[in-house]
Amino acid sequence: MIPVCHLADLPVGESVRIDTAPPVAVFNADGQLYAIDDTCTHQDASLADGWLEGCLVECPLHAASFDLRTGAPTCLPARRAVRTHPVTVEDGMIYVHHLAEEGTAA
Amino acid sequence: MKSVAVIGASLAGLYAARALRAQGFDGRLVIVGDERHRPYDRPPLSKDFLTGASGQEQLALADAEEIAELDAEWLLGTRATGLDTAAGAVLLDGGRSLSADGVVLATGAAPRRLPGEVPTGTHTLRTLDDAQALRADLAGGARRVVVIGAGFIGAEVASSCAALGHEVTVVEAAPLPLVPQLGEEMARICATLHADHKVTLLTGTGVSRLHGAGADGRVTAVELSDGRLLGADVVVVGIGVRPHTAWLEGSGLPLDDGVVCDAGGVTPLPHVVAVGDVARAAGSRAEHWTSATEQAAVAVRNLLAGSTVATHRSLPYFWSDQYGVRIQFAGRRAPGDTPRLVEGSPDDRSFLACYERDGRTTAVLALNRPRPFMRLRRELARATRPATA
Ligand SMILES: Cc1cc2nc3c(=O)[nH]c(=O)nc-3n(C[C@H](O)[C@H](O)[C@H](O)COP(=O)(O)OP(=O)(O)OC[C@H]3O[C@@H](n4cnc5c(N)ncnc54)[C@H](O)[C@@H]3O)c2cc1C
Ligand code: FES
Repeated sequence: MIPVCHLADLPVGESVRIDTAPPVAVFNADGQLYAIDDTCTHQDASLADGWLEGCLVECPLHAASFDLRTGAPTCLPARRAVRTHPVTVEDGMIYVHHLAEEGTAA
Repeated sequence: MKSVAVIGASLAGLYAARALRAQGFDGRLVIVGDERHRPYDRPPLSKDFLTGASGQEQLALADAEEIAELDAEWLLGTRATGLDTAAGAVLLDGGRSLSADGVVLATGAAPRRLPGEVPTGTHTLRTLDDAQALRADLAGGARRVVVIGAGFIGAEVASSCAALGHEVTVVEAAPLPLVPQLGEEMARICATLHADHKVTLLTGTGVSRLHGAGADGRVTAVELSDGRLLGADVVVVGIGVRPHTAWLEGSGLPLDDGVVCDAGGVTPLPHVVAVGDVARAAGSRAEHWTSATEQAAVAVRNLLAGSTVATHRSLPYFWSDQYGVRIQFAGRRAPGDTPRLVEGSPDDRSFLACYERDGRTTAVLALNRPRPFMRLRRELARATRPATA
């Protein structure tokens, strides 16, 4: 369980990247929180820098779009899904339950 | 339309083929490409592929499943040599020909070369084969690399070679590189990236010839037009590209630095469209990844409709990765537009700048600022979209 930030510090429409290995992006999409792997599966852009619209985030480099609920790409050039991670809020603090890659301590 | 031939099996050709199927074309689809590889992505060739950070598998533009879904006949390793518009046929090397009701021209561009014979160890970088040859030449320990041309590809190659530990010199004929793309002030900032990484940038001097020696005639030095000699083990020539139109000469199609077509990619023959780097659409030709992909869907729509029912006019956009800095540019900058720093600082190699003319923003440039860049790029796209769209 990794603390992200206070809920108050992540307003609707905003995102934050946490430097886990691999990094994770947390989004506040219309009040609903989502966490996905931060690195676009197409090349190497950070999705936390992307354009958030509803439940979709558009990659800032070549405009692949991902569904935050499933991690699945909704258009090219990305073809593989990003992993999604559970998010919870406790005492106003956002936590990500990071599915660390085997062998990495997170 | 019962059959379509796509000539050029790369980015624009593949996106055209995808668009054909996505738009309901269920006839015979033939894709002709003179390279022997299935479509792969070129931008990494000067970046992660050259440094070895990514491999050939990551370059593939389509996986096996998608190739199967496209249900196309692939003629790879096959060059189109002519277009017989009267007979509705594409001529192929080896004397074969291919008849088709519709033709998509997607033959891209080829690097300009130095005139005359060049010694071994001299490279251009456009194809996977080029990149593999260059990688092999760089693999034998630290080398003196001279890059001729400091445009985006030259700068990326220099950056990748420096990252690999080579001693790199970049030679540029203009007094300052990238001025036509970025304007003088921003070009000057980008040029400083070379020195940050101990890469020497020599500007205002051309190359008069390359010297070679030994049994294999390998390059030993680059002679500059001012007489200076630069010792070199590997030379990369990055002096721009020329659209691949030679095979269309005599076809009757208008050619002028590209296949002349309208804003919908349609040539004077409604059943022939052009997309990507080879297309001179509505008077301008782009050499960027994003326009190649976007143009394909529009041109295919017009091809299937039999006339120009849609035009492509999105905001031009390109990116470049050099020395760990991501450069992004969007818009239509004209000479004289004034860049204004919006946030960040050139000293940190992280900033956002807007180009302005008469109080209007014409283009945006960012170094390592993807998020605000994206906001501004969207705003600009909205502001410049024609009211009818
Ligand atoms: C090293 C490198 C780095 C790049 N980096 C960037 C970047 O960072 N950002 C960016 O926006 N753009 C970048 N680009 C540009 C981008 O890759 C091109 O705009 C894009 O590839 C154009 O696609 P295309 O399909 O029109 O042409 P191409 O990719 O050139 O494909 C044309 C294909 O047609 C084939 N062909 C040619 N003639 C014939 C014939 N007669 N018969 C059959 N086949 C033929 C060619 O061999 C080729 O396979 C880069 C390009 C290169 C080379
Ligand atoms: S890196 Fe995200 S779409 Fe290319």
